[in-house]
Amino acid sequence: MEKFTKITSIATPFPRSNVDTDIIIPAKHLKSIKRTGFAAGAFESVRYDAGGTLIEDNVFDGPKYKGAQILIAGDNFGCGSSREHAPWAIDELGYRCIIAPSFADIFASNCIKNGILTVSLPQADVDALVMAAEAGHPITVDLDAQTVACENALYTFDFNPTHKDMLMEGLDEIGQTLKSKGAIADFEAKQKLMTPWLYR
Amino acid sequence: MPKTMPKTMYDKIWDNHLVEERGKGVGLIYIDRHLVHEVTSPQAFDGLRAAGRDIRRRDSIIAVPDHNVPTKDRDQDNPDAMSVAQLEALEANSKEYALDYIPMNDARQGIVHVIGPEQGFTQPGVTMVCGDSHTSTHGAFGALAFGIGTSEVEHVMATQTLLLKKAKNMRVTVNGDLPVGCSAKDVALAIIGAVGTAGGTGHVIEYAGSVIEALTMEGRMTLCNMSIEAGARAGLVAPDDKTFNYIKGRPYAPKAGQWDAAVSFWRSLRSDEGAKFDKEVVLNGNDIVPQVTWGTSPEDVVPVTGEVPAPETFSEPSKQEGAQKALDYMGLVAGQKITNISVDRVFVGSCTNSRIEDMREVAAVIKGRKKADTVKEVLIVPGSGLVKAQAEEEGLDKIFEAAGFDWREPGCSMCLAMNADKALPGEHVASTSNRNFVGRQGPGARTHLVSPAMAAAAAIAGHFVDVRDF
Ligand code: SF4
Repeated sequence: MEKFTKITSIATPFPRSNVDTDIIIPAKHLKSIKRTGFAAGAFESVRYDAGGTLIEDNVFDGPKYKGAQILIAGDNFGCGSSREHAPWAIDELGYRCIIAPSFADIFASNCIKNGILTVSLPQADVDALVMAAEAGHPITVDLDAQTVACENALYTFDFNPTHKDMLMEGLDEIGQTLKSKGAIADFEAKQKLMTPWLYR
Repeated sequence: MPKTMPKTMYDKIWDNHLVEERGKGVGLIYIDRHLVHEVTSPQAFDGLRAAGRDIRRRDSIIAVPDHNVPTKDRDQDNPDAMSVAQLEALEANSKEYALDYIPMNDARQGIVHVIGPEQGFTQPGVTMVCGDSHTSTHGAFGALAFGIGTSEVEHVMATQTLLLKKAKNMRVTVNGDLPVGCSAKDVALAIIGAVGTAGGTGHVIEYAGSVIEALTMEGRMTLCNMSIEAGARAGLVAPDDKTFNYIKGRPYAPKAGQWDAAVSFWRSLRSDEGAKFDKEVVLNGNDIVPQVTWGTSPEDVVPVTGEVPAPETFSEPSKQEGAQKALDYMGLVAGQKITNISVDRVFVGSCTNSRIEDMREVAAVIKGRKKADTVKEVLIVPGSGLVKAQAEEEGLDKIFEAAGFDWREPGCSMCLAMNADKALPGEHVASTSNRNFVGRQGPGARTHLVSPAMAAAAAIAGHFVDVRDF
């Protein structure tokens, strides 16, 4: 997983409240046997009209926010079904950080697992960032300092220290466990002596 | 802690596999055995690839397709594209990572929880996982075995460990003797009826007592299989000579030079005298009667001699409401005799009851008889190709066919209706599987969980009957 320390990028404003994981990635796109390939169906109802044609200047595909790595969202973002496909889809759209007044719990923890930083800020600060994003100002998110900077404003945010370590070192849960590689190998060496029939 | 502190079997297996203590009862636990099937594994393999990781121990894995394989016409094109994609992915992933893989057309193919023991892969004292909740089946051998989710499948593949919170110890003792006509399935259902589907939550259940000791290995598997329906993630039975005899000589069993050491290690696993259990339940086996479920949860169970309960008889309002909903879904009325429920379809199979003894039990009940005309279909789905071959060698398939039953290829089949084997809306199914949830055997299907003998008798009579007078 890519390390997350500090990014500076323009941001996509999408300040709708209670965006659930069905909006992020509708159930009909979950049949895949892969954990990639969800970009096309991501935010489908926002990006496509009823006939299935791409809406040219929607915030995700239009030229204005092209290349944005930061998504500014509304409160209770990611509620609903626990599907891990939601952060997979957001990741595939190129976002590395989501800023919102609040996030649904499971969604937030699924984001960490997939290297996406979720920043919670008070509603007024998020409103200000939405305006800045619409004006095309770049935003800097610094995980180490736990700050968001834009023009002359500087906001600080809280973040779980264990999750901060994981993101800053680019470790997912498996990466975190692999820090104990030595202990696992020692265990195997010992077990192989005691119960050798478990090894081929 | 004094060295003499008595331990339960679960404590011993936990301690034997603790790689690192993480505080608050959480430990990094080493995993010895991993069964992989087509439905919960594709994204795990994909995750490994995306992160450039390898599988830590290939020798800890057997991969086999079971959940959505067709149970007939395997030589023809599978019409279900999703199932084809999953089956092909399992094969490709197994090849890429050089895993022991049993393809669909192999004689050993079958339900993961049937083939694990059959191959001697399941052994006492091991930690064993699979992306399927009925992994608890393997506890019959004294293995700590439990189901996991897809991200955990990937975690085990990459690290050979899981971060787990230690469960509490619960013991269910069934004393006395099981009456003729009752089987392990009836014991399992009677236990769930007694403790409820949340009775074992947060616990690992150890089954003990004379009834459990008298069960065959196959019966113990049926019992441990349904631990999850009692709320426990895992069940355990202390390994004994029956266990060792079952394992001996199977492909993955310890080889001759290691056998004695293995057996003496296995003997040391049983719970120590005086070990403390957080929860104890005791049942009298002599009181057990063949069981039938009437609702949409495995705890909605009564003896075949009983009747459908009235919702008012439940103590809590939420249970009363649940019971009414269940009756509406099942199309039953309070007070109706269980033996007055007619059966439209019968399913004998699933990881609960698809082993050779189950097949023999069915054959013994139906020999020389025919299915009732009102019963549309009786599916007999063996748990593995080896069970199928054994049954055919004993001529059981001929008995099934003479009775008008449908003898199929091995797989999960109508246990979860992921393939073409489904019941229709409103149909009552006498099923030897483990879950009677709404829609489990097809949208609107009404499942009644029973033993193989009870399912066989219902197929002949066209309604539930007490197999003891059959
Ligand atoms: S038979 Fe049913 S319960 Fe058993 S593994 Fe298959 S689907 Fe799961």
